[in-house]
Amino acid sequence: MKDWRFWFAEQRGTLMAIAIFIVMFIIYSSNHPAGFNANVVQTASNKGVLLAFVAMAQALVVITAGIDLSVGMIFTLTNCLASWIVVGSPVQVFFGVVGVLLVGALCGAINGAIVIYGRLQPIVTTIATGAVYYGIALAIRPNPGGSVDETLADFFTGRFFGFIPASLMTLAAVVLVVWVPFSRSVTGRAAYAVGSSEAAAYMSGVNIRRAKFAAYTLSGLLAGIGGLFLTFFTYTGEAAYASGNAYTLFSIAAVVLGGVSLFGGKGSAIGAIFGALAFRTIGDLLFVFDFDPLWQPLFQGVVLLLAVSIGAFGLFRIRNRLDWFG
Amino acid sequence: MVEAAPLFRLEGVSKSYGGVRALEKANLDIYPGRIHGILGENGAGKSTLIKAIAGVVAPDEGRMFLDGREISFASPTAANQAGIVCIFQELSLIPDLSVADNIVISDPPTRFGMIDRARQRQIAEEALARAGAEDIHPLALVKDLPLSRRQMVEIAKALARKPRILILDEATSALTAADVTKIFAVLKRLRSEGLALLYISHRMHEIAELADECSVFRNGRKVETYVAGSKTDNEVVELMIGREYKNVFPPKPPLQTNGATPVLQAENLSWTDRLKDISLSVRAGEIVGLGGLDGQGQRDLLLALFGVLRGCSGNVLIDGTPVKINSPTAAKSQKIGMALIPEDRKTEGLMLPMTVRDNLSFASLHRISDNGIVNRAKEQKYIDEMIALLGIKTAGTDIAVGSLSGGNQQKVVIAKWLMNQPRIILLNDPTRGIDVGTKQELYVLLRKLADQGAAILFYSTDYDELIGCCDRVLVLYDGKVKRELVGDGITERALIASALNIDMGEALHP
Repeated sequence: MKDWRFWFAEQRGTLMAIAIFIVMFIIYSSNHPAGFNANVVQTASNKGVLLAFVAMAQALVVITAGIDLSVGMIFTLTNCLASWIVVGSPVQVFFGVVGVLLVGALCGAINGAIVIYGRLQPIVTTIATGAVYYGIALAIRPNPGGSVDETLADFFTGRFFGFIPASLMTLAAVVLVVWVPFSRSVTGRAAYAVGSSEAAAYMSGVNIRRAKFAAYTLSGLLAGIGGLFLTFFTYTGEAAYASGNAYTLFSIAAVVLGGVSLFGGKGSAIGAIFGALAFRTIGDLLFVFDFDPLWQPLFQGVVLLLAVSIGAFGLFRIRNRLDWFG
Repeated sequence: MVEAAPLFRLEGVSKSYGGVRALEKANLDIYPGRIHGILGENGAGKSTLIKAIAGVVAPDEGRMFLDGREISFASPTAANQAGIVCIFQELSLIPDLSVADNIVISDPPTRFGMIDRARQRQIAEEALARAGAEDIHPLALVKDLPLSRRQMVEIAKALARKPRILILDEATSALTAADVTKIFAVLKRLRSEGLALLYISHRMHEIAELADECSVFRNGRKVETYVAGSKTDNEVVELMIGREYKNVFPPKPPLQTNGATPVLQAENLSWTDRLKDISLSVRAGEIVGLGGLDGQGQRDLLLALFGVLRGCSGNVLIDGTPVKINSPTAAKSQKIGMALIPEDRKTEGLMLPMTVRDNLSFASLHRISDNGIVNRAKEQKYIDEMIALLGIKTAGTDIAVGSLSGGNQQKVVIAKWLMNQPRIILLNDPTRGIDVGTKQELYVLLRKLADQGAAILFYSTDYDELIGCCDRVLVLYDGKVKRELVGDGITERALIASALNIDMGEALHP
């Protein structure tokens, strides 16, 4: 039996991301002034989980060979919305949370509908819808403010049993409830097929529209979960343009680092999560080594370039130069 | 032979593509438990026929019956559900998914809404075993498999759908001899299980071994259906021939026999499994044709000469000197002076939204510019020359080239390269989809360029053109030069026979 070899080949990107993350995290925590303790892990995971949700959202769309430049704005919009409606009595809070998640999913569904029925390129569609979502966020929260149910917020940003970060457990739960069923469903399989070769998928009788629509909608939902978490961490909502854009761009970096091919059809949301955690850790490495924080963008940029270059190695194998452009 | 009712029946089915009749009033009966071979040369209507049956194209007229009931298919999926499964020449596998994923792709087994992987694996293993491809691991990714294995997966995938009618369109083209033997055994077993099989192949001996009956297509019409074995190869070729000469060709000069050094020479050119040991030479003033059925390596050969393919082995000589051509930029340089008129003018030949002027200038920008700045006066002069030379009908040089007619677009592609004054001109099926009048102008132009000293290598899927235009024709089969036809030896009969790789003995040498 050499089944494990095939499994390994398929999961190589994901395993690579996990390895990068582990190495980075060991360097990070062993040089951290406070050492490796529950507090360090909790802070790191709270920061990492935000990007991880957005990167998962990005991964779903990228698997279908699309790209979603509005994830950061959905993240921002749901943050602003949560700072408005996740307050009050437990019942109100419950419906507030549901409302935030529904709005996230709706944003994704709109992206999907435009891409499928409008036949527009995902990149253009999501730039436009991203601007719209940001506009709505600004209308909800022209100035930073609002509040969120603190008990709930503290529960999700705290620790279970004194050492397991709750945010990490939530991330794991979302993976189990959203990603695992999706990736094993017929629709999930179809999403990979569409991303790998849309023509072959069509000729094989795969339901292309349903696959894309599901991918975009779930992507919006995941970005919404991210936005909700941001509210839990900050207790406020803010329509921050720069931060929304940064999340969009970092999510693409995380996805590539996590072994998800920008050409579609390859990779998994698990890889994207570890890509996100690794990317965050790399950014934070500078702090533990006492570098000037001004170096952070440059450093992250270099790491991103390296990550993207890895993805381009396949080009060396192409024997017909015309395929470079296909 | 017991005449059971046909399982599938076509009555007067026609299909046109933009004025060109691809299939005209085709009738065909397909019976269960039999293998029906389909024969015909390029453009005879075979592909269109299959696409109509498999629900890929909707016929313009005519009726189709399954089990005596009239049916029509809105999509390939609908045809699949009716039990008609087609294995196309162009593979329909998803490269990034595993073999097992691909085999069940249309209808994966599920449990609690999720794909049942154990069951999926079992189905895949069964299907692979039925196709005689147990050596393929169901978890392997399709993109990691060589072409011949992929084709076996394609066959297994078709079998997993439990078809009643199985259509194989050149399904053995990439297979090794051992695989072909296995597949034949599988196909014969399927026949005995009562499936109806439609087998399209240009390999005559395969048809002879498998088919119970054969239909020959020509010019979009079915010429005849006959019981396999009742006709000789010679008679079959006669059925496939029969077009009249529609075009007027310029007279050919007497054959050159002088020993001048060829302008373009290739020695033992090979590339992956598509080109095998090809040697050829083209002298100045000569038009050399490339013949054979579509997809036998002609396109790859032209791309290889033009520097598009990586990892070619063998030598290319220009004026007798070996050269390395690594890109189209190198190929068009002053020293080599090569031009390639590509197959698909819409993607490789023209930038459709850009103007006629811009498109004409692209290949020769270095000739019309001074120190990197385009010299508009010089550009205009050359452009006027080209428009006059080819008689391009355009409302001006500043309109989008996409607004011209197909024939005039093709003229722009050719003019764009002539502007660079090439010495070697490679043409990849340049008359496909253009009108007869323009075709004739092109034939005259090609001969004129040759007379002025150009060396021309001309691939055409139209046998009339090869006969009418070329001084010599190299017939390719399976990536190899199968035969060279010279002068009066270039006949339709010889072209078809060598394209099909059958030996016609004396008939070839009248």
